[in-house]
Amino acid sequence: MFEAVAFYLFAFLTIAMFYITVTTSQALYALTALAAGMIFISAFFFILGADFLGAVQIIVYTGAVMALYAFGMMFFDTTREVKEKKGNKFIVVGLATLAAVMVVAIFMAPIVSTNMVAFYPMIEGAGNTQTVGLVLFTKYLIPFEVAAVMLLVAMVAGIVLAGKKMDLSLTLMNAEQIKEIEDKDKKVLS
Amino acid sequence: MEISLNHYLVLSTILFAIGLVGIMRRKNLLLLFFATEILLNAVNIAFAAISHYYGDLTGQMFAFFVIAIAASELAVGLGLLIVWYKRHGNIDLDTMTSMRG
Repeated sequence: MFEAVAFYLFAFLTIAMFYITVTTSQALYALTALAAGMIFISAFFFILGADFLGAVQIIVYTGAVMALYAFGMMFFDTTREVKEKKGNKFIVVGLATLAAVMVVAIFMAPIVSTNMVAFYPMIEGAGNTQTVGLVLFTKYLIPFEVAAVMLLVAMVAGIVLAGKKMDLSLTLMNAEQIKEIEDKDKKVLS
Repeated sequence: MEISLNHYLVLSTILFAIGLVGIMRRKNLLLLFFATEILLNAVNIAFAAISHYYGDLTGQMFAFFVIAIAASELAVGLGLLIVWYKRHGNIDLDTMTSMRG
């Protein structure tokens, strides 16, 4: 009973928040609604017994990703209203529903076939965090290391892209000054 | 009333559909990024639910890797957006037609 109440409450809240995110014309409303939706999603992970995943969801999404978006938005002009595409609404909604139904078919296919067995079953008597650590550092060690290298590459790419010439503003210079800097860069590179 | 796996899968589908609608109707690239985050989170819910109802940890492992991929995609994407905004002064999709395809 308690589980059902929690599920429906958080399902409603999550759907409402994400609906605001995709429909609002203010970028700041979209950002805050998305952050709230991320926290509500972690509630599902706690209901499902995936405690570690829920904590990671709050830390990574609400803590890191949303903060990064907030810092990124300081670079952009977010106060003006966002203009939308004027497309055919029925085509958009129809395509989205079709794609979603296909996704559910993909997920339902292994469930309809009943011969599924647990590959890495939960260990009795151990908490979720211990079990996750055990599986992650034995069976999934190589994907874990690859993910670490990928995060390092992403960090270097982010610093190189965003941190380049942070001390001078390209929008305040005129075309000749920018061209001068680019020519200098070309000489250094070649 | 028992909450079954299908409840979670339907919820995941609804969230995925919301994300797809967002991707199709948004023109601002930053808000397009928000919609992709919704898609990734919808799939994460389905992974965690399947992991719980089958007593298997593989779903949770995949959810972790999805979170890692989302974080790195965001770092690179925001860097590119900032560079584009410095050059052109806007991040609308319609203005990015420099290849004349």
